[in-house]
Amino acid sequence: MRYLLLIYSPPGGEQSDAESNTMLESYVSYTKAVADAGVHLGGDALQGVETATTVRVREGERLVTDGPFAETREVLGGFYMIDAPDLDSALDWAARCPGARYGSVEVRPIQEFDRS
Amino acid sequence: MSQRRAADSVEGVFREEWGRLLAALVRQFGDLDLAEEVASDAVASALRRWPMDGVPRSPAAWLLTTARHRALDLLRRDQRLATRLALLAVDADRAAGAPLPGGPAGSGDGEDVPDERLRLFFTCCHPALRLEAQTALTLRCLAGFSTGEVARAFLVPTATMAQRIVRAKRKIAEARIPFRVPGADELSERLPGVLRVIYLIFTESYAASSGDALLRPDLADEAIRLARILHRLLPAEPEVAGLLALLLLVDARRAARTDTAGDLLLLDEQDRSRWHPDRIEEGRRLVVDALRAGHRSSQRTGAPGRYALQAAIAAVHDEAPDADRTDWPQIVALYDVLLVVDPSPLVELNRAVAVAMRDGPATGLGLLDALVTEGRLDGYHLLQAARADLLRRLGRREEAAAAYRRALELVGNEPERAFLTRRLETLDES
Repeated sequence: MRYLLLIYSPPGGEQSDAESNTMLESYVSYTKAVADAGVHLGGDALQGVETATTVRVREGERLVTDGPFAETREVLGGFYMIDAPDLDSALDWAARCPGARYGSVEVRPIQEFDRS
Repeated sequence: MSQRRAADSVEGVFREEWGRLLAALVRQFGDLDLAEEVASDAVASALRRWPMDGVPRSPAAWLLTTARHRALDLLRRDQRLATRLALLAVDADRAAGAPLPGGPAGSGDGEDVPDERLRLFFTCCHPALRLEAQTALTLRCLAGFSTGEVARAFLVPTATMAQRIVRAKRKIAEARIPFRVPGADELSERLPGVLRVIYLIFTESYAASSGDALLRPDLADEAIRLARILHRLLPAEPEVAGLLALLLLVDARRAARTDTAGDLLLLDEQDRSRWHPDRIEEGRRLVVDALRAGHRSSQRTGAPGRYALQAAIAAVHDEAPDADRTDWPQIVALYDVLLVVDPSPLVELNRAVAVAMRDGPATGLGLLDALVTEGRLDGYHLLQAARADLLRRLGRREEAAAAYRRALELVGNEPERAFLTRRLETLDES
């Protein structure tokens, strides 16, 4: 079953080079662990929330606004898509994700539609 | 004899076997909804047939076989459901590394009904579910409560509870919360969640947070029954023994806890001859085990667990012939350890009350006033009630009355409100 791990963290800012290097390294080794376990289906880091643009269509009319869909304390910074047998296993991967230490990781099962 | 046995069995067996039946079915079919449906069908058909045919030699095996047949019927008719469940079953099988218990049941003496309830406990009390859903599911799946009974137990409308349960079951299915017992390495992280649910079911019965206690299903008995089942399934876990001990030792005082008018009585006002000696005896034996095992399996801290300690405190109370001859130094010492294991303002409150009994009300009041200053228990009526009691004993009547009034503003349930009102009135008279 596929799960999306959504990594939320406080918007980056006052981070020293050393700090961001440590974080980068921990993500590199985490990504390697996910790949080595054969559960990695995809994932990426996102550009900062200040680059976000939100689109809504209401009554046929396109509404484009600057910013994320909602202003929150923590913002979506990246994601992994993994293949895990059940929620416990997905939660284990989420707990190992560096994002769980800096911010929080939301685990969402991917909706599978019947092929028939 | 078979007629009477039929009637007794119908009640007893269903209550006792529901969780086991349901767990075996979830294990085989991997779907809680389907398992509940066919388990209810099996019970319904037992109600029809046992009074006529007599009770089968192994009622549990009969129920399981009947439910399985019904499930296979449903699956034959619903191909899509069957495909989905087949996939789940393969996964579950692989995860468990063991063949499905699929052999013909009902041939033997009931021993062939596998006990999968431990898995069911961990699924119902999974931390990915809201706490209120965890308690509701546990009562429904393991204690055999109907949705209406769970709703009455928690004083919410049946429709609200039904929705809560449906939502929880949907999350179990869609996020695929597994039906498994956590491995030895995860157990210390997951077991406290299960224990907490059982403890909450117990405390909900003990001091209903609102309304009057009449007409509610007996949650204290259910909590003890659930703790017993869990203790049978995990006999080597000291905190499970500790929780069961705690529930027994507190519940032993149930009959003495209210007077004939139904008003609450404090520990020092209770008629101790009405305490339940068997429960106290059983609880004391368990608490000794729990404390001893806590020391042996001391990889982490070496300290006993919070339930074992609370049980030990309850045991000291239960052993005392009256409040004055209670071993208060021992109780304070146990609270000191509890504060290290499970630090909380509530434990500090209880410790302060014990200190007041050991060293006098003035010392206890000092500790309580420090808690008031900290402000962490601001909304808690028992802090003000405890202060009021100590102020009364110190003869500071006006301050005592003010504290009782503050407690009354905060209290939620009727018996406690009546108790505080009575105390306030006595104060005015004296």
